[in-house]
Amino acid sequence: MNQFLQQLINGISLGSIYALIALGYTMVYGIIKLINFAHGDIYMLGAYVGFIFATKTGMGLVPTLIVSMVFCAILGVVIEMIAYKPLRNATRITALITAIGVSYFLEASTQKIMGTSPRAFPALLPKGLIKLGKVTITYQQVFILTITILLMIALQFIVTKTKIGRAMRAVSTDTDAARLMGIDVNKTISFTFALGSALAGAAGVLVGIYYSSITPLMGLVPGVKAFIAAVFGGIGIIPGAMIGGILIGIIEALVSGYGSSLYKDAVVYVILIIILVVKPAGLLGKNIREKV
Amino acid sequence: MLKIRDLNVHYGVINALKGVSIDVNQGEIVSLIGANGAGKTTLLHCISGIIKSTSGTIEFENNDITKKNAKDIVAAGITQVPEGRRIFKGMSVEENLLMGAYLRKDKEGIKKDLESVFERFPRLKERLKQNAETLSGGEQQMLAMGRALMANPKILLLDEPSMGLSPLLVKEIFKIIIDINKQGTTILLVEQNAKMALGIANRAYVLETGKIVLSGTGEELSNSDEIKKAYLGG
Repeated sequence: MNQFLQQLINGISLGSIYALIALGYTMVYGIIKLINFAHGDIYMLGAYVGFIFATKTGMGLVPTLIVSMVFCAILGVVIEMIAYKPLRNATRITALITAIGVSYFLEASTQKIMGTSPRAFPALLPKGLIKLGKVTITYQQVFILTITILLMIALQFIVTKTKIGRAMRAVSTDTDAARLMGIDVNKTISFTFALGSALAGAAGVLVGIYYSSITPLMGLVPGVKAFIAAVFGGIGIIPGAMIGGILIGIIEALVSGYGSSLYKDAVVYVILIIILVVKPAGLLGKNIREKV
Repeated sequence: MLKIRDLNVHYGVINALKGVSIDVNQGEIVSLIGANGAGKTTLLHCISGIIKSTSGTIEFENNDITKKNAKDIVAAGITQVPEGRRIFKGMSVEENLLMGAYLRKDKEGIKKDLESVFERFPRLKERLKQNAETLSGGEQQMLAMGRALMANPKILLLDEPSMGLSPLLVKEIFKIIIDINKQGTTILLVEQNAKMALGIANRAYVLETGKIVLSGTGEELSNSDEIKKAYLGG
């Protein structure tokens, strides 16, 4: 039981980071139906920007998070403008291949500039343990979970309570109808990229702290897992990405704890296959029916 | 008020509108009737800036709006109730209505218009927090119209408001259209239900495969033999 609780805690804190990345996937998919495969690399760049900022200035967690989020938000908007906007009316496969191209570009550029070897991420959070019986929770885990929950609450607020959030939802349900309301669709798409990329940037910093090591290819596997999390929850659905991310984290932790950590990735991929076969729309997804 | 001259629209090689010219004057109800695929929706989308014309001009209150984007056209005072209602599913009735007022900044005015929408469509007030998807077809049509009215338009473009509704509801919707017009909003109505559309129109146009083939007052067209044969079933 203790083992189970321990893994559950590990899984939730890891999963909450997947959830942050998954949110970007799902929001972008919701609004332009693009699987933005460069999203994992934005998360990687978030980690690098946080690394550079924190080592150069010696500042703490909050300023590092903010700088990294702002950088990634701008980067997301620029990538959308340069790479995806010209393809707005192209086939979806064209945009998808472009996204893969952007992903390679970001990885290779980072390798060129920062080198290929791992960097040690500064410890921005106090090291320490809370013991609850035989279960231990690290301060880092507590902080990571707190930060991700705060960010998700902020996101939920933006999406449900603000005008631009309503515009985002309107554009993702019906782009032309949104246009007829006078919504600037391009601006709304840019904003969505900014929001999703900022969350990925935050996730990058948090992962840097959690594993205390970053590499230019660190975005690959978490990127794919976050994508699976988004599909698991129902792609395009924001609460789905949160639930999907946390579930994937828990499953991974349980597999590592009870089976072998060698199998944890395989299990996650098997889950993707099962979802695609059994419930392609995801946990919270609905089969779309037209009302006449 | 709205002046369209020699408008052409192409979808690839298909010429969807072939030199369409129509006028809508301030305060009028103008109906545009025609069969499926005649180009009615294309024309409305072109006015709203969703589709770009290949040639021709659209003037609104003496300003050329042919090349303007959808946002500026809504801001100028042209709002469309699209075919099939196109309400935002997953959003509440209230949020849908607020989307209509997206470009407006006058909080007081928005509040006032929201009240008048509720007065016109009391059902929407009852269902304010409900997911718009769960409304019946008639209620969705009312929501789509209410949403458009929230933009406080000078001219309302209505695309097949009677589609898929029971005859009783169609009557109600048309009564509402007349009422909206009486309160000062000019109406351009696109319909397949020719009888109803001609019945309330000051003037009307008949669109056939992308061309205006007939025009006149609603009464003239209702009595025309050609129209009777082709659109009124006798």
